[in-house]
Amino acid sequence: MGRSSSTKDAQALFHSLRSAYAATPVNLKIIDLYVGFAVFTALIQVVYMAIVGSFPFNSFLSGVLSCVGTAVLAVCLRIQVNKENKEFKDLPPERAFADFVLCNLVLHLVIMNFLG
Amino acid sequence: MSSIIASDLLKPFKLKTKQQELLIRVSILCLVYILAFITRLFSVLRYESMIHEFDPYFNYRTTLYLTQNGFYDFWNWFDSESWYPLGRIIGGTLYPGLMVTAALIYRLLHFLRFAVHIREVCVLTAPFFASNTTIVAYFFGKEIWDSGAGLVAAILIAVCPGYISRSVAGSYDNEGVAIFALLFTFYLFVKAVNTGSLAWGLASAFGYFYMVSAWGGYVFIINLIPLYVLVLLITGRYSMRLYVAYNCMYILGMLLAMQIRFVGFQHVQSGEHMAAMGVFFLMQVFYFLDWVKHMLSDTKLFQAFLKITVTFAVAVGAVALGVGMVSGYISPWTGRFYSLLDPTYAKDHIPIIASVSEHQPTAWSSFMFDFHILLFLFPAGLYFCFKRLSDATIFIVMYGLTSMYFAGVMVRLILVATPAVCLISAIAVSATVKNLAVLLRSKNKVVQTGSTKGTSSGKASSKASLDQSQPFQKNGAMALLFGAFFLLSKYATHCTWVTSEAYSSPSIVLAARGAHGNRVIFDDYREAYFWLRQNTPPDAKVMSWWDYGYQITAMGNRTVIVDNNTWNNTHIATVGRAMSSYEDEAYEIMRSLDVDYVLVVFGGVTGYSSDDINKFLWMVRIGGGVFPVIKEPDYLVNGEYRVDKGAAPKMLNCLMYKLSYYRFGELLTEYGKPPGYDRARGVEIGNKDIKLEHLEEAFTTSNWIVRIYKVKPPNNRW
Repeated sequence: MGRSSSTKDAQALFHSLRSAYAATPVNLKIIDLYVGFAVFTALIQVVYMAIVGSFPFNSFLSGVLSCVGTAVLAVCLRIQVNKENKEFKDLPPERAFADFVLCNLVLHLVIMNFLG
Repeated sequence: MSSIIASDLLKPFKLKTKQQELLIRVSILCLVYILAFITRLFSVLRYESMIHEFDPYFNYRTTLYLTQNGFYDFWNWFDSESWYPLGRIIGGTLYPGLMVTAALIYRLLHFLRFAVHIREVCVLTAPFFASNTTIVAYFFGKEIWDSGAGLVAAILIAVCPGYISRSVAGSYDNEGVAIFALLFTFYLFVKAVNTGSLAWGLASAFGYFYMVSAWGGYVFIINLIPLYVLVLLITGRYSMRLYVAYNCMYILGMLLAMQIRFVGFQHVQSGEHMAAMGVFFLMQVFYFLDWVKHMLSDTKLFQAFLKITVTFAVAVGAVALGVGMVSGYISPWTGRFYSLLDPTYAKDHIPIIASVSEHQPTAWSSFMFDFHILLFLFPAGLYFCFKRLSDATIFIVMYGLTSMYFAGVMVRLILVATPAVCLISAIAVSATVKNLAVLLRSKNKVVQTGSTKGTSSGKASSKASLDQSQPFQKNGAMALLFGAFFLLSKYATHCTWVTSEAYSSPSIVLAARGAHGNRVIFDDYREAYFWLRQNTPPDAKVMSWWDYGYQITAMGNRTVIVDNNTWNNTHIATVGRAMSSYEDEAYEIMRSLDVDYVLVVFGGVTGYSSDDINKFLWMVRIGGGVFPVIKEPDYLVNGEYRVDKGAAPKMLNCLMYKLSYYRFGELLTEYGKPPGYDRARGVEIGNKDIKLEHLEEAFTTSNWIVRIYKVKPPNNRW
């Protein structure tokens, strides 16, 4: 009884989440896909590290941090360009994107240095 | 007629009120900038342009190496002149920020055709950065309160003794640039939180990088900022701006910090840095939940979802932390960290930390000495901050409170608390003075517009009614303003006095007043190091207590056994053991360490109290911590440390005693006292007939402060 109700709850949850998500603007969806991809790549690297070992630790770190960093920065971008966030009403999306590119540039320059 | 022409001519120069205010503000800032620099020059004027104390000599030596050999040699430098026979990998065991900064300034000056010596650059680096700190303090104050508070903060920090103590000219130490970097990082982070912009977050990451490269105190930043974020989360002040600022700063700052070799992987491996990572993941979970909540209209569903996610996240976090700790991947907190949280820890467990005088818990008097009126302006400022709570004021309150705690734990951490105390006090001063000034002005207005009181706005009328209830308000405000002015001027006098009297002595050259009030200079240290440089073979190894290691390598250019970089406790304990053993036992140890010369510092003739005999118990403790043959009670009589006739027999015959008091029994130090009267301790020494078997006196400086002995080669066997 309890089990079936919890699965029903979960189904209802997924259903309402999916329907709510369908209303998201396309540009945000693209960013979400990007974030999801980055997180997925990071997970692959972690699993690989768990299997093979973390010997060139700086390489592993730079790989994972590259993905995590990209994901986090993309989430920041998503927050800033989302029109529903009133806190960022004054920030034009061009400026947000320029900041995003700048941060990514720094991130990946440092990572290239760290890759070894 | 002429007056009209004059006014016409002057018209372009007439400024609007706003412009006038800007002009005044900029000129005040310029004056403060200059003031912060010149108030730190007492030591140069009194003595000469030279490097002070102990650690700065190492920094100076490495900077010299950096400018002469270039960055790559510096980065890969293996120093064989210290920690003989182990050596030290310099590039991987130091914070290079200070040296690189000084070298860059040096290069810049030479590019501009100013042919300065690198020593002058090193001497003036700290005052220069103190000046920059005042500018940062202004902007920080402006960010958290208003420009008035910023100006007051700049003025307060420019002369605050707590900061001056570490940034006088010649005190070429990491803290000199690190306090600037610390405040700058905090300012940029608060700015990032206030604007929610990635660019400011990136800037604060760079500030953090500079801080990491300059000083080990960066651990304070990487723990304070997550704590601040956590407090905001708990108090329900979470915002998207905070998310952007923290995540950008953390990820980029961490990556940048890993480029410093001395820090390396600590950000992902050491227990001290785990708080930041935990908060980072917490932020992601929080954001995700917030997002789902935003999407779901049904609160009941969200509650269920929340329960599942939180349980899951907590479980994963706990498992990850547990596995990390158990497998040894995450190193536990270091002793230094514990000793910060628990003031009694170092005393019980790490004598080498407890032996340094600047690591002692702070006395009340030194708070008063270093902060003066800021000490009671600080709570007032906290009150104002709580009255106008915002993200920025919460930050400064947390910075102030945590750093105040640390300042109470260790004397040297007063330095970290100083910027926060100055900023919070500046808020108190600025807000009070502003309120009083408003009172004074509004009163005038009320008098003028007394008849039209009924028609004026609600605020004015309420003020007017307030005025009526307190008839002497204007006078009171006047008196308070004068009081504030009086206090601030007292503060300025106190700061100048403290700087000139207490914090401007280089400690490598000692000054005292002679019998006739004239100034006597004891330049014995440099005399001894110069002698070493000129009269010993270039590969000679000098054994001394670790305090003098950096100076011997930098000024004497000779190899030392131990120095102020106390990375190998056993090695230091070996030297401590040699110093506290009988001569023939010590000789064995010295032979095994290949020692050629032994250097001791002795203040018995001049009354210089921080000499090796007074430090001797620490040598015994540190030596005894590793070698149990050395026992502290052997050197004490009824728990008392003495050097006169009643001293313990082991004390009277140990190497340190013999080297310090050799031939001292023949010397008449003070009129009316017997020969062998020790002026530093005020007693006649107990062992006047000292014979040395394996060592011979090589050099004693003119005031006997430094004594150097040569270790004799072993006797012929037949």
